[in-house]
Amino acid sequence: MTRRLLTGNGAAAWGARLAEVDYVPAFPITPQTEIIETLAAWIDGAELAARMVTLDSEHSMITAAGAAAATGVRVFTATSSQGLLYAMEMIYAVAGWRAPFVLVNVSRGVASPVTLESDHNDVLAARDSGFLQLHCATCQEVLDSVLLAFRLAEDSRVRLPAIVNLDGFSLSFTREPVEIPEPGTARGFLPAFDPENVRFRASQPVSQAVAVLGGGPYSYFRYEMHRAAERALEVYDEVSREFADAFGREHRAVETYRSEDAEIVFVMIGSFATRAIDAVDRLRAAGRSVGLVRPRLLRPYPVGALRRALAGKRGVAVIDQNLSMGKGGILHAELASALYGQPEAPAALVSFIGGLGGRDIGPDELHEIAEVTQRAADSGRVPEPRLLYTARELREVRKLQGIAVAERNQTGSVGEGSR
Amino acid sequence: MYRIRLHGRGGQGIKTAGRIVGSAFFAEGYEVQDAPRYGAERRGAPLFATVRASKRPIRERGSIRRPDLVVVADATLIPVASAGVLAGLDERSTLLIASDVASDVWRERLCVAGPVFVLPAEAGERDETGFLGARCAAAVVRMVGVVSRASLEGAIREEIGPLGERAVAGSLSRALRVWEQLEDRSGCVTEGPEDAADVSERPDWIDLPFDPARVSAPDVFGVATSVQVRTGLWRTMRPLIDRDVCRGCAWVCSTFCPDGAIGVDATGAPQIDYDHCKGCLVCVAVCPPHAIRAVPEREAAAEEAM
Repeated sequence: MTRRLLTGNGAAAWGARLAEVDYVPAFPITPQTEIIETLAAWIDGAELAARMVTLDSEHSMITAAGAAAATGVRVFTATSSQGLLYAMEMIYAVAGWRAPFVLVNVSRGVASPVTLESDHNDVLAARDSGFLQLHCATCQEVLDSVLLAFRLAEDSRVRLPAIVNLDGFSLSFTREPVEIPEPGTARGFLPAFDPENVRFRASQPVSQAVAVLGGGPYSYFRYEMHRAAERALEVYDEVSREFADAFGREHRAVETYRSEDAEIVFVMIGSFATRAIDAVDRLRAAGRSVGLVRPRLLRPYPVGALRRALAGKRGVAVIDQNLSMGKGGILHAELASALYGQPEAPAALVSFIGGLGGRDIGPDELHEIAEVTQRAADSGRVPEPRLLYTARELREVRKLQGIAVAERNQTGSVGEGSR
Repeated sequence: MYRIRLHGRGGQGIKTAGRIVGSAFFAEGYEVQDAPRYGAERRGAPLFATVRASKRPIRERGSIRRPDLVVVADATLIPVASAGVLAGLDERSTLLIASDVASDVWRERLCVAGPVFVLPAEAGERDETGFLGARCAAAVVRMVGVVSRASLEGAIREEIGPLGERAVAGSLSRALRVWEQLEDRSGCVTEGPEDAADVSERPDWIDLPFDPARVSAPDVFGVATSVQVRTGLWRTMRPLIDRDVCRGCAWVCSTFCPDGAIGVDATGAPQIDYDHCKGCLVCVAVCPPHAIRAVPEREAAAEEAM
């Protein structure tokens, strides 16, 4: 085992390498490209015995991934943002094939306007597809989660594809110390894929197809996917315990930090959660009773673990790095449905939306989020969802809008003269 | 925790400089987080790299609010507001500028409260731009004073290694000269204080107002707005056409130019629009009679000024 500085992208590639993947269909997109480049270099240098094929689009890439997985080989692929959205038809379709593989998504906000930096609207667009979702907070977790995701996805009780999500820039391009497991240890944890009845041999041609079905049988297959995803909760607990035994690192479905005796708890996913850990320490040092609860597993949704972790809390601040226009934060809504009617549900569930398109969530903001949530718990009045935005940021935008208007007046827009 | 930010332009080795600093700290037993930060267009465009190093696990992420040290590899970035070179500097932040202008002049020009040092170009060093990143990295590790020369050397070998032995040797010799030059600056940059919750300022959050779509749509309507953006400022290398060698097959260079910055004049000769040429040097590669050569922008600009 060696400890090295790796980017999140490098860690994802190492995960695929240690999983000894057979096939990597690929299409590059910022900020995911380094994963593909790294794997390509290893395959080129005969360090990884896999076949890589570059496809014409993410739509084809996911089709190829699902088709290859349906022949019983181990498949890894990666995308981001617009790529994931472009593949969306096949994301839903291949999940229904029940052919497991691992897709790394490097989170990046979606257009329009265009951004290269991270938020979670891309991966949450795949929320209801049947793909399982693991969300990472560190580069170490990225490597570990790829191995965990293969175990989980390939388990005969589950057999659904899985997404491992890492945040663009703050993980994808950021180097952190990462322990790289020995190949033998990784193989012990993740043996070769046993595809059961999912297989294809060139000498034994078969055709594989899915049928057009009416509501009754259609519902059966969709419900069964749901049952399998639910079953993935207990399978995850099993494999993460095995993982801890093999590698000495524990990745529970829900990570808690100083939350057991906390009155106020932050709930969030992804890499910004490590900043919340810092904020918790600072707030504790200042005498506030604050903790963090971070779901690593988002599909299946670890409803029991979240209820237990949040039972009896006075206030819960859900920090969403996503936005469902006309509704609000997606994690907030999901958590509300999990806690509603529970005997020990927190008194105040407050929604904060921020970190869109790579915008920072500063330490001062995390402190203020705790403060606002405390006040909501004390007063019993829950404030409207807070869109994190400062007067200074609005001034910057007003300045840009001023420039845009001036340019338009100066140069005239297309067709203006004829009107 | 040490919080260090390095500014430069794409192609100047700043991403690599950040990695050298990170690897050197890591070899010294520090926990490290290093990351480059850039937008869609890279070569010649402003970018920065951040390095955090601490004896404890690092959970802080993103931009550095109060840097202990800011390194500026390209002084032309200082007036570029969007580059954010001076962001977060306070009285205990050290500023190091790769420049031949004296540090006193910079301190006065920039009105910064903290110490300012300069890293002059090496005399007679034509190829200095290629090793700027390594020189900056050496300056950083020397100024923090907690990283050994051996760790610096190891980090340079590790990060430059993939570029070949010549690049490693060139980087090492330049870096070690900087290491020697800055001996009396060793330890002048120290770890900054940690934030505390009870002294933190409250964010000036606002309730974002509703704006009608004609204001709040992100569309830009206007004619020829990209002409206004002088992307030529990003150039680190300038393509120069040798008119004696040019055969006037201007359709080759002008077609391959990804920015449409090569036009054809009335005589049929190619003309480079230096306001918009980003210096990608595709034209140098595709010119059939090899009539286009690349000159470091600084030299070309100096010649022009004479």
